[in-house]
Amino acid sequence: MEVFYEWFRQLYESTGWNLVFMYDEYERDRLLAAVWVTIKLSLNCLIFSLIVGVVGAWAQGAKSAIVRNGVYWYIQAFRNTPPLVQILFFYFVIGNLLPTYDAGGYREQYIGAFGWAVVSLSFFAGAFNVEIFRSGIEAVPTATVEAAEALGYSRLKTYIYIVMPLAFRVSLPALNNNLVNLVKTTTLAYVIAVPEMMYTANQMWSDNVNVPEMMIVLFIYYVGLVAILVYFMHRWERSMKIPGYGG
Amino acid sequence: MFKKLLATVATLALALTFGIQAASADGNDRLMKVLERGKIVIGVKADYKPWGFRDSSGKLVGMEIDMAQDVADALGVELDLVPVQSSNRMQFVQQGKIDMMIATMSDKADRRKVVGIVDPNYYTSGTNVLASKKVGLKKWEDLKGKPVCGKQGAFYNKGVSQKYGAKIVAFVGNAEAKQALKDGRCVAWVYDDSSIMADLASGDWDDYEMPMVTEDDTPWGLAVPVEERDKLFGRFMAGMTYEWHSSGRLIELEKKWGIQPTAYLSDMHERMKAYAPK
Repeated sequence: MEVFYEWFRQLYESTGWNLVFMYDEYERDRLLAAVWVTIKLSLNCLIFSLIVGVVGAWAQGAKSAIVRNGVYWYIQAFRNTPPLVQILFFYFVIGNLLPTYDAGGYREQYIGAFGWAVVSLSFFAGAFNVEIFRSGIEAVPTATVEAAEALGYSRLKTYIYIVMPLAFRVSLPALNNNLVNLVKTTTLAYVIAVPEMMYTANQMWSDNVNVPEMMIVLFIYYVGLVAILVYFMHRWERSMKIPGYGG
Repeated sequence: MFKKLLATVATLALALTFGIQAASADGNDRLMKVLERGKIVIGVKADYKPWGFRDSSGKLVGMEIDMAQDVADALGVELDLVPVQSSNRMQFVQQGKIDMMIATMSDKADRRKVVGIVDPNYYTSGTNVLASKKVGLKKWEDLKGKPVCGKQGAFYNKGVSQKYGAKIVAFVGNAEAKQALKDGRCVAWVYDDSSIMADLASGDWDDYEMPMVTEDDTPWGLAVPVEERDKLFGRFMAGMTYEWHSSGRLIELEKKWGIQPTAYLSDMHERMKAYAPK
């Protein structure tokens, strides 16, 4: 293994191609940690944004006008502001309004930078997910819903057993797009010092003056990460396909 | 007639090609371009008081902006200031977005490979931290395992985390990092001692202190494109720097901008004064 690592040092000395994380242990640990943080951040945001989307789409059709208005304003607020502004807002404004505890010279927040990144990105992508699910729900024929009502289904039961399974299948392609976007948007977490890929790559190229190399690493990493997500989303789409329903 | 015309065009084309080649071969492209367009584009900091920052009217001012003005005046051209970041300043010089930079950059061997850092250095500074007096930090080892705010792209982030085990939480700009320090998200803010001194002097940080022994005293370098370091441009800037030291201009600027006097500047002034024309 050492020989393998050393080869990259030789590569740097002979060609100037500085893949520093291959031969410097400190940098390698740092990069591996970042790889993991980005994956964790993406998965957390994916899950929470889906929950926000499903719940929000249901609440959009609620009987109570307050709930419907609440969802409307939530979507307006999160769809009309840049995710970068949202992250900074959550971290520096909302974060400071919450209680903290003393951890020896500094105030530890119950929700750290990583937590705020998950919260703000989930709500950001969630706002789009609500609209995506709504489009799916509206595609379910009224006759189907009426049939469910006739069989004695309650509104919630209709939503869970009849509307959502059909709507979900219609929504998947658009959802796919939004989730891919979400994974790419996680790079913005670097502004609140979440040590994900963008943040770490930036620090590494500042320390080692190897900007093009790190840019390529970043590029390949995100292409790979999104490819994996798209692969699973497509498999999911296929496995849920009902013959004769939708495209 | 036609033949003659063709010959003239061919000769002209040939002359042009060779002419251009000759101009690029002598390696003074950037300086020539500066003189031709009558304007020099210099990269400076916009968020590093008092070296480069914006005054209340939004104008870029500071010690390095004054130095940039000196350069433009000496060349007899107009000055165009471009704000740069620590993380992009070298790329800006490489890509020709700016002709040169005076942007609080530490002089490092690996940076010398990328941009043309000119000797002698115009300033030195080291690493220290700004921390609340209440925390009572005494030595660097006290930072072990604690979150320390920093700025993305600063070279000492790595050293402080490697040597003393501090958890560096680096932000894009100084303003965010300082806000995080004020909010108590970290025990200290690791930065340049000269800048911390300026902060302490500003009166906004009365409950704070700079408790550590300054580390890694590093010279600062201004930079021209690396190809022109040993050409006219680099040599001219070396002359400018020598003049700044020998005439005491840098000490004067240091005073003007309220920076704590550094031993380096007075040493350099003493050494170079001897050679200055009387």
